[in-house]
Amino acid sequence: MEELPAADPAPAPVPVSISAPAPTPGSVPVPVPEPEPVPAPVTVPVAPDSGESVIATSALTKRYRGGQLAVDRLDLAVPAGSVFGFLGPNGSGKTTTIRMLMGLIEPTSGTARVLGRPMPGASRAVLPHVGALIEGPALYGFLSGRDNLMRYDAADPTADPRTRRTRVAAALDRVGLTPAAGKKAKAYSLGMKQRLGLAAALLQPRRLLVLDEPTNGLDPQGMREIRALIREVASEGTTVFLSSHLLDEIEQVCTHAAVMAQGRLIAQGAVAELAAGARGRLVVTTPDVGDAARVLKEQGITDVVVEENRVTGEPPGRELADITAALVAAGVRVRGFGLERASLEDAFVALTGEGFDVAG
Amino acid sequence: MSRAEGKASAGSEAPSGGEALAVGPADGTYAGAGVPSTTSTPGKPGAPKTPSPLWTFGLLRSELGVTFRRWRTLALLAVLAAVPVMVGVAVEIETSDGSSIDGGGGGGGGGPVFIAQITSNGLFLVFTALAATLPFFLPMAVGVIAGDAIAGEANAGTLRYLLVSPAGRVRLLLVKYATTMVFCLVATLVVAASALAVGALLFPLGEVTTISGTRIGLAEGLGRAVLIALMVAASLLGLAALGLFVSTLTNSGIAAMATTVGLLITVQILDQIPQLSALQPYFFSHYWLSFADLMRDPVHWDDLLRNLELQALYAAVFGSAAWARFTTRDITA
Ligand SMILES: Nc1ncnc2c1ncn2[C@@H]1O[C@H](COP(=O)(O)OP(=O)(O)OP(=O)(O)O)[C@@H](O)[C@H]1O
Ligand SMILES: [Mg+2]
Repeated sequence: MEELPAADPAPAPVPVSISAPAPTPGSVPVPVPEPEPVPAPVTVPVAPDSGESVIATSALTKRYRGGQLAVDRLDLAVPAGSVFGFLGPNGSGKTTTIRMLMGLIEPTSGTARVLGRPMPGASRAVLPHVGALIEGPALYGFLSGRDNLMRYDAADPTADPRTRRTRVAAALDRVGLTPAAGKKAKAYSLGMKQRLGLAAALLQPRRLLVLDEPTNGLDPQGMREIRALIREVASEGTTVFLSSHLLDEIEQVCTHAAVMAQGRLIAQGAVAELAAGARGRLVVTTPDVGDAARVLKEQGITDVVVEENRVTGEPPGRELADITAALVAAGVRVRGFGLERASLEDAFVALTGEGFDVAG
Repeated sequence: MSRAEGKASAGSEAPSGGEALAVGPADGTYAGAGVPSTTSTPGKPGAPKTPSPLWTFGLLRSELGVTFRRWRTLALLAVLAAVPVMVGVAVEIETSDGSSIDGGGGGGGGGPVFIAQITSNGLFLVFTALAATLPFFLPMAVGVIAGDAIAGEANAGTLRYLLVSPAGRVRLLLVKYATTMVFCLVATLVVAASALAVGALLFPLGEVTTISGTRIGLAEGLGRAVLIALMVAASLLGLAALGLFVSTLTNSGIAAMATTVGLLITVQILDQIPQLSALQPYFFSHYWLSFADLMRDPVHWDDLLRNLELQALYAAVFGSAAWARFTTRDITA
């Protein structure tokens, strides 16, 4: 993993590293219970470095058969109980990573552990505890929404058929699909399909939810509902791993995030820390944008952007009051002046570069 | 499970023991990792549900239900059921003026031998209909079902959700093959039942004259008909395995169906080319019409057994190939 660009005098030496093996003792209120000596046929000891992580990958690499390097030596650590945002531009390898985590494709090299067990080796033990939405929902168009869920539930050999109906009904209810439960899935709208996909992920109590762009295709109201649902699921103790390229979505629901670009991990850590790593912007609100921009440039401010009624730029390393004085001296009418807090978007752009290009 | 099944001893996971861990011990190892107690198993912590081994058949039940409720399957069965009706009605019209059907020259084959006898005994419509549908209609229907089995799920994207459910790759493949086998049987029985109904309706039923010229009672004739239907269904198992293998090769259900049916036609044609006589005993369709030997008295078992052996060989070879392919394949659809 690469460190954040050390452009600014970062206060903390490693602001965004949670992959360090040392567990944070303060965060564990209960003494760590030893694994119960259940008469286990085979108990695979948990590797020490994957102890706290629901998902832990090490140098995980995937090169597709066409030669495309989709994921490049990824070291990911998703802490238990977190809502983990997995960010990256189109083609940065998010879905590929998720496919490897779910045992759908074999890594070219490196390892992945989910719930402390190796994937894809332990798929059968791990996956019943994982609900997943991968690259959009996929449904049997000729079956009703309810029958779709019945089928996916039947595919899980650990799912109790006696409670199947009630669990399916509860899942449908949870995503607000009960009124359309009897409708053929091919007659569903995109948003309804997305909800049904989420319902399939929620058929059983899960320890981990893996959601690949879960709000894709939803209306704003639907997005809000899904985010609320994610928070609710997370509050029940389920770790949520959420891929998205909607930055405000990550900022709203996630406690942690990782940023991918061109198959490589650029940063990971708590969302607040990630955002803090990016610098804010100097904003001057004024009707005289032209003059203001000229003055700011004269003052040595870089990256000056003129918008309607405001001018922004990189904050200078020196006293802000000097800039105000210069503006006033030049007769620029200033309505507002200040630093805008960095958002995750700023951090993201700082990390992946402007342009948001699709990886080749 | 996954490809790990394929390489049973490859990983550190013991294949069956590890799977049996499904809930309890996995909880233990994981909860030990400092997760707040609320996060381990929402619901009743410490009360591991023990999945019953029977639950694993839920997928087979679901698959059978989904397959036989599909409009496409019903349409295929309807077409198959229509064949005996058409043959029966054609024979009825042809002979209504009192003339008799000329058996034609096809000595060793099935159909023409039987068709001449339909008017005197409706039971022969069963044999005729099976002989008429076996070369193409029945295997085509099987090719559609088998070819679509995996590729259709991949095409719809449902394959990835079945696999993360987790259906298990080997389990899913077995379920698909079992369902295709059931379809072979159902399709054959639909033809036979439809033929029996039409035959009984349009023609008299009675004692049966075997190919050898002896006469057997109606009850034994019916018994032979059932045997023949089972034999015809078994004849399709090789093609079913071949179709399933093709189905694991592609993400397009249509392509897999077309390839399987194309292979069927190709093999049927090659089976007619005399220069290939050395290869022909290995064509899955070569002994298909041997079911007529069940109508001899006594039954000639040689070709029947050879047919069963050949189907078993195809099932083994292409079943293994499908397994090797499917358990190691990247599911990217
Ligand atoms: N089946 C495949 N075969 C070959 N290359 C692939 C395949 N799937 C994805 N890729 C390539 O791998 C890279 C990563 O793709 P991936 O789908 O993981 O991106 P992503 O981060 O999920 O993008 P998006 O935000 O658009 O969903 C891309 O360059 C893509 O072209
Ligand atoms: Mg994607």
